[in-house]
Amino acid sequence: MGTFAFFYFAGIIVATAGMVVAFKNPIYSALALLVMFFHVAGLFVTLHAEFLAIIQILVYAGAILVLYLFVVMLLNLKREEHFHRQLLVGVFLGCVLFAEAVLLVLKGETTLGNSLPAADTSVELTRGNTESIGELLFSTYLFPFELASLILLVAMVGAVILTKKGILEVKN
Amino acid sequence: MSIPFADLVTIIPELLVVGIACLILVLDPITPTHKKDFLAWMSLGVLGVCALVTMSGFGGSAMAFSGLVLVDAYAAFWKLLLYLVSGLTILLSMSYLKEEKIDLAEYYAFVLLALAGMMVMVSGADLLTIYLGIELMSITLYIMAGFKRFEARSIEASAKYFVLGAFSSGILLYGISLLFGVTGSTRLTEIAAAVNGSALDDPLMLLALMLIIVGFGFKVAAVPFHMWTPDVYEGAPTSVTAFMAVASKAASFAAFLRVLLEAFGGVKPHWNVLILGVCLVTVALGNLVAIVQTNVKRMLAYSSIAHAGYALVGVVVAGWVGTAADISSRGVSSLMLYLAIYSFMTLGAFAMVAMLRKGGLEGEEIEDFTGLAKRHKGGAFLMMVFMVSLAGIPPTAGFIGKFYLFMAAVNAGLAWLAIFGLIFAAISAFYYLRIVMVMYMREPSPEQEKHTRLVLSPQVSVVLAFALVGVVFLGIFPGPLVSIADLSVIPISSLK
Repeated sequence: MGTFAFFYFAGIIVATAGMVVAFKNPIYSALALLVMFFHVAGLFVTLHAEFLAIIQILVYAGAILVLYLFVVMLLNLKREEHFHRQLLVGVFLGCVLFAEAVLLVLKGETTLGNSLPAADTSVELTRGNTESIGELLFSTYLFPFELASLILLVAMVGAVILTKKGILEVKN
Repeated sequence: MSIPFADLVTIIPELLVVGIACLILVLDPITPTHKKDFLAWMSLGVLGVCALVTMSGFGGSAMAFSGLVLVDAYAAFWKLLLYLVSGLTILLSMSYLKEEKIDLAEYYAFVLLALAGMMVMVSGADLLTIYLGIELMSITLYIMAGFKRFEARSIEASAKYFVLGAFSSGILLYGISLLFGVTGSTRLTEIAAAVNGSALDDPLMLLALMLIIVGFGFKVAAVPFHMWTPDVYEGAPTSVTAFMAVASKAASFAAFLRVLLEAFGGVKPHWNVLILGVCLVTVALGNLVAIVQTNVKRMLAYSSIAHAGYALVGVVVAGWVGTAADISSRGVSSLMLYLAIYSFMTLGAFAMVAMLRKGGLEGEEIEDFTGLAKRHKGGAFLMMVFMVSLAGIPPTAGFIGKFYLFMAAVNAGLAWLAIFGLIFAAISAFYYLRIVMVMYMREPSPEQEKHTRLVLSPQVSVVLAFALVGVVFLGIFPGPLVSIADLSVIPISSLK
């Protein structure tokens, strides 16, 4: 059952991700992306990471995708853009690299993973998912957590600088 | 939640840099326009304090935040170099931003935040922190590249850098996640333990390693991942270009080398040939394409690609199988020495480009340097020194840097690599010395004589003086820097 669920979710994720790139109409792309986000959330559920599944839907489907749609509709991108003249070369190289990756993975059994300890399931049983993640974020991974907040600060200030009217033009 | 005090002490420089950056953002709106320079001086001040803090702890080694941050001599060396480079960038920017009418105080906050990202990169002991450091640095640089937002070129540079940078981050992350999947950890030491205990040609590990090398290849602008470099370097404001070409390259190399040696030190045969190939094409393509450039910024972009190729010689030596431990560590230290020297000469060259004005615009074409020696003897002389040093001609520091790198290659039994590098260094003299020729031997047209001039400010003079002293002093007395670099290499016991 677990394997079947994985292949269902993974298959749909790959297919819809392909559609995001292939569709000419950006609205269709965004909708394909939406389906993909839901299936990623499904993958998280099969891994017993319910908190991440909900966050995936809230943040990606709820916030980021809506933002995409806003931008697409505001910019009114109707005409087709033919900017990729290297399509054939790209597809060829992509196929070669993909075949190489598949060969690498099929060639031999990976031995690295065998030394991994079995998943510790006791944590999920005694307390909630959210609690464990929260505790890890604010203890072991405090430093990267704060770094991520700095990245968001930079992006925010940067968006203001690059778009706000009147901060540079006044001087020119 | 409690943070051990000792952890905070370890990252005092990072805290100071980020703190002052935020203070600048807060103070900017309430500072009267004629006093804005104060904010730049403040950011310079914090760099000085950080340098003192880092120097006082030099030689020690401390882990913090449950093994995510490692402050050792290697990190300290790069941090000191990054403080210096950021300080010189700020000095260079003070008058340049006014000339270009983009003097926003946020610029200085961004320099500091990018610096904070680089500091995290060089002292990251975990792929998670290293990745976040790279993102902090890159996102800041995407924005800084677009600072001249009324100019299409600058916006194009920013957008191009952003798209390709995000793409390369994705590749790097894919590699990291595969590696996490097979080793169960993102800590460099734990990855090393898992990798060493496994079969050598584990397919998933190879795939992860390849993706990580590609991701870092983008950041250090090695061929074939260099396509963004010329356009971004040309379009970005010159002071930002200097910062990107020097600081972000140094930090990326530092993190790249640490990941390769500390996490993959046990499987050198899997990456040294790959790096060797990248090194060869980078040196060749960088130097050959630089010859046909007519824009100085583009030429310096290709030159920076070529120099990344030379620096990769150090990585190849450090990763070559069958070399004694002292020779592989000589590979590391000569790379550190090379990038320090590269910083001086490249900053000097970009400072000259930033100073040269043509009417109200930047004089960035090679033609604009025509006959400069007639009008600005000192300026032309400085430019000549930097060009000669970039070409690697004695008695400048550029020669010393190449000398140590190629000697390390010869000692590792890679004499042919040293000869290959030498041939292309000779080819590079052609395009570097063309600028010298144009400055000294061509007559300027009356129009050029009228419009092109060097705009000197006290701050830029300080930058040029630093760069000149660095290039000349290190060319004649490289001893002190060599011994500092030797002291700061990644401890050899961790190189298996």
